[in-house]
Amino acid sequence: MSGVEPVCTKLYFQNVLLPYLKMFTDFLSFMVLFNFIIPVSMYVTVEMQKFLGSFFITWDKDFFDPEIKEGALVNTSDLNEELGQVEYIFTDKTGTLTQNNMEFIECCIDGFQYRHREDSSELDGVCVTDGPVNKVQQKAGTEREELFLRALCLCHTVQVKESTKNGRDQIDQVDGLGADEEVLHPPQKERGFIASSPDEIALVQGAMRYGFTFLGLESKNMKILNRNKDVETYELLHVLNFDPVRRRMSVMVRSKTGDILLFCKGADSSIFPRVRQEEVERIRMHVERNATDGYRTLCVAYKHLSAEEYANADAGLREAKLALQDREEKLMDVYNQVETEMTLIGATAVEDQLQDEAAQTMEALQVAGMKVWVLTGDKMETAKSTCYACGLFKKNTELLELTLRTLEDGGRRREERLHDLLLEYHKKAVQDAPPVKLGITRSWSVASHGFGFIIDGASLSMVLSSSSESNSSLYKNLFLQICQNCTAVLCCRMAPLQKAQIVRLVKNSKGSPITLSIGDGANDVSMILEAHVGIGIKGKEGRQAVKNSDYAIPKLKHLKKLLLAHGHLYYVRIAHLVQYFFYKNLCFILPQFLYQFFCGFSQQPLYDAAYLTMYNICFTSMPILAYSLLEQHICIEVLLDNSTLYREIAKNAMLRWKLFLYWTALGLFHGLVFFFGVRFLFSNPALQDNGQVFGNWSYGTIVFTVLVFTVTLKLALVTQHWTWINHFVIWGSLAFYVFFSFFWGGIIWPFLSHQRLYFVFANMLSSVSAWLVIILLILLSLLPEILLVVLRKPRGPHARQKKQVQSNVGGPQSSARPLLMRTFSDESNTVI
Amino acid sequence: MYSISMWKVGRGRKKKGRGMTGKGELLHPGKDLSVLLTSLFLCSPADCAIKAMVKHEQEESPNRPDNTAFTQQRLPAWQPILSAGIVIPGFVLIGLAFIGVGVGLFITSRDVQVLELDYTGAVATDPCYKCSDPSIKDCKCTMEFHLDTLFRGPVFIYYGLTNYFQNQRKYGISKDDNQLYGDLDTFKSPASECFPYDYDSKSKPIVPCGALANSMFNDTFKLYRMVNGSKKEVPLNGKGIAWWTDQNVKYRNPSGTPLINAFNGTVKPINWPKAAYELDTTDVYNNGFLNQDFLVWMRRAALPDFRKLYRRITKDEYQAGLPVGNYSLEISYNYHVLSFKGKKKLVLSNVSWMGGKNDFLGIAYLVVGSLCVFMSIVMLIVYAKFKFPEED
Repeated sequence: MSGVEPVCTKLYFQNVLLPYLKMFTDFLSFMVLFNFIIPVSMYVTVEMQKFLGSFFITWDKDFFDPEIKEGALVNTSDLNEELGQVEYIFTDKTGTLTQNNMEFIECCIDGFQYRHREDSSELDGVCVTDGPVNKVQQKAGTEREELFLRALCLCHTVQVKESTKNGRDQIDQVDGLGADEEVLHPPQKERGFIASSPDEIALVQGAMRYGFTFLGLESKNMKILNRNKDVETYELLHVLNFDPVRRRMSVMVRSKTGDILLFCKGADSSIFPRVRQEEVERIRMHVERNATDGYRTLCVAYKHLSAEEYANADAGLREAKLALQDREEKLMDVYNQVETEMTLIGATAVEDQLQDEAAQTMEALQVAGMKVWVLTGDKMETAKSTCYACGLFKKNTELLELTLRTLEDGGRRREERLHDLLLEYHKKAVQDAPPVKLGITRSWSVASHGFGFIIDGASLSMVLSSSSESNSSLYKNLFLQICQNCTAVLCCRMAPLQKAQIVRLVKNSKGSPITLSIGDGANDVSMILEAHVGIGIKGKEGRQAVKNSDYAIPKLKHLKKLLLAHGHLYYVRIAHLVQYFFYKNLCFILPQFLYQFFCGFSQQPLYDAAYLTMYNICFTSMPILAYSLLEQHICIEVLLDNSTLYREIAKNAMLRWKLFLYWTALGLFHGLVFFFGVRFLFSNPALQDNGQVFGNWSYGTIVFTVLVFTVTLKLALVTQHWTWINHFVIWGSLAFYVFFSFFWGGIIWPFLSHQRLYFVFANMLSSVSAWLVIILLILLSLLPEILLVVLRKPRGPHARQKKQVQSNVGGPQSSARPLLMRTFSDESNTVI
Repeated sequence: MYSISMWKVGRGRKKKGRGMTGKGELLHPGKDLSVLLTSLFLCSPADCAIKAMVKHEQEESPNRPDNTAFTQQRLPAWQPILSAGIVIPGFVLIGLAFIGVGVGLFITSRDVQVLELDYTGAVATDPCYKCSDPSIKDCKCTMEFHLDTLFRGPVFIYYGLTNYFQNQRKYGISKDDNQLYGDLDTFKSPASECFPYDYDSKSKPIVPCGALANSMFNDTFKLYRMVNGSKKEVPLNGKGIAWWTDQNVKYRNPSGTPLINAFNGTVKPINWPKAAYELDTTDVYNNGFLNQDFLVWMRRAALPDFRKLYRRITKDEYQAGLPVGNYSLEISYNYHVLSFKGKKKLVLSNVSWMGGKNDFLGIAYLVVGSLCVFMSIVMLIVYAKFKFPEED
């Protein structure tokens, strides 16, 4: 008995367990054999491409700003290609779109335009005290002019920042020298103003430019220096504060002569009803023209108050100020009573100076198919005028407003009104709009008379957190759909977190579009972090945004090149990189797979271990890396000039199924050609003229040689931008392969247990048949590529080329798209 | 249209902007403009030079990115322009060249003479049927054949095996390269890959070890020419059938004279009738691991149907080839293949510059060449129809 048991166990092991064990080990062996099809080396190459590629952004001298002496900063290397896929841009307004730097542009006094001439650059210190009035054709009476300028000088809440001690001394000195016109300039130059709103500073500075300088407020006395260099003093009686509902502010002053004057400035809509109508028309024209130019306009009016009137007003104001209840409303009442029957003297136009090339940048981005949303904490009017100024809203853009004002218009509950408005806008913008298929290129002219949507923070929070759950999601959807159908969206009065909320809303919407946030201040950090790509402007508001961003650029205008050129190129590069990698590994492993059918499924590798290892590391990695760093299938200048080119890669156009299948089919085809081409050759393995036969390693080496050459030449066909690096790397890789094969097969390697490849390569090259089959298979593999191009050609629109001709006059990279070069990248462009 | 309007806008803004910029920036619009202009019209090394000049006018700053062609992605680049004027003639040329080569290959391959003799003995009518039973030892059989024309020399004799997976992985690695390199240490302890052909039943090491060596083809052939009813042996040359490097570098006999001394304490592979050192009784140097038949066998075939070089006929009057006449092939039938449905054949062939007979290459070249020509015609039609849109 004791002898039988071990025999039984052994039999059991052999008959029952062994097959399973064999199955398992076979499975593992095949895993080892085929693991190359998953291109692990791709991750390395992709990472290298991204890392090295991001240097090109840092290095780009176009991003260098001489003002801050800094270039672009890349905080991540992971998002280069996302820059080419941006669909939504969320931009901050102040400091991003605008420089937050108001400038007085022109004024209109009594209907006559006073435009400050630019030729005199006041920033150089050459003040224009003698200039402007001379140059302005005398139109309005001097009295009116001076009244207007006094109004500008008095009607504000600006404080004068004391100059430094040094400066003061200097002034004293020059004062001592005599009140000569020219030496009076330094104090003006060094005068700093502080105000809650930069507009007011701009107005005061504007007045200064015309000769009236506000010297400051000293114990309720406002001092101004008039044109004759006389100091005028006014007693400040009351300030009727600005608030966004009244949209105007006033001051009451008592002049030396005892006159009590009320100066009022405010938005045209709030001033015009309160002035005598006969003056309105003359000025309205100017105001409207200025507004359409994107300037922030204010109207200035004044009123003589009789002592009696003043006493009333004074009493009312004091009483209201002391009121314990409803103080605001009572004050408002008094204000409204006082600010009536005024006389309109003029209007001002102040420009919130846009960033350099902000309008062009925005237009280019819109033409490129990106939707620009302005998220700002500013009030609506300001933001709106900026949107107009930088061309986000055009003249004929129909604005859909969803703000507290519109919500309160109907006199009904806000909730109901919100519901109605949303539905109404949705009907307008979404349902009635001409159906626009996604991905289809809309011409930019169509886009120009679209809808603009304006929402403010309060309304947004109502939309996002409606009382009932069902309404909330409905509102969100309506809101999103409306916004997505608008060419530009303006969200004003946003809290920083609301900015992020909006970004998140869009980011998670259908199709999960790629979002980009750009901002300069700490209040933009949340949205920069929320968006896929966060861009910080190296602005004046600290480094918070820069530190939290993925990319930091000095100016808004750099966004254009970052997206249109760098983003576009990197997207195309990485798309090709990824697909090429899968392709080259597919046709690498497919012959090995097919070989299993001819070797009894014994996991016999077709290629030598050295080739298996080196293929992805040395033989084929460098050309694609160089390609993915240097390729410019379209010249950078052309990319910048034709924003529409960006649309051609939108929505991940180059990594679609169709193209993936194309590359896969190509890989399969090549793999089949390689394997079976050599297979048929080896039907008679006597390939040498001395009658000797080739073995399995020769077989593998021939396949591998064809493979390396084909795969590299395929990349050469795709490459459209041959720098010396490309040449070096492509031909160098092939040369290296040949060199390595000789080297590897030329030595008996002491550390190897099998000298499989000893002289296999050299022997292969001594066979004419091997040469011939290698040439044949390489050519055969690359033929369909060319055939495809030829057959596709008639279908491809030539518009794209014409575009290039237009913008690329005389450039050596002319639009003559070479036939053989019109390979993959073009197909993707023309098909979609 | 679009670019023009952009341009206008740009200029408008510039004008306005000038008043606002500070002194340091005054150069800015001008620089922008010149850079824009140069970049618009130039894309060559020349513009790099111009740009460099522009750059130098400004004071340098430590943070300023290097203005080199590489960092600015402005390396002079060549874009291959393969217009129809190049592609179509190129294709025609390539096609014609391929057709030419194809015709040459085809004719060459056609002229190669091949005679295949299947001597497996699978069917009862076969002369070797009696030998196909593995139990019969030292069986010999004879096949007769007739040559109608001169079989041009030099004639190569191959043996061919079918359904024989010499490329099986485990079979293929079942050898010890160090042993075959003459390393005496491995004679005592063969590599583990050789299992189960590393030690015999008495635990004596097998040299050469492993399945590959053990399964060496050991049928032998003798070729007789029938001259006037008598058999005249055709001398077969066993030299030069293996790769020169295999014989001279890759494989080495162990040191020891005579060779038999080195093999002390080892046994021959189980299937071998004779030990490695007595494979060739006629030539001392053709023994051991340097025996050319052994070397040929050890170079594994790529596919399950393969042929290997057995002998060459290069001597005497047969240098010019086998003359017309009757021949008799005497086979020492030792190698049994029917158990795995294999087939054995003997192949007489002469070779050309491209090696043995291979119709595939010639046909493939003709097909691809014609394809090229055909494609160039298609292209020509396409281009004629669409008026060479590339070349206006």
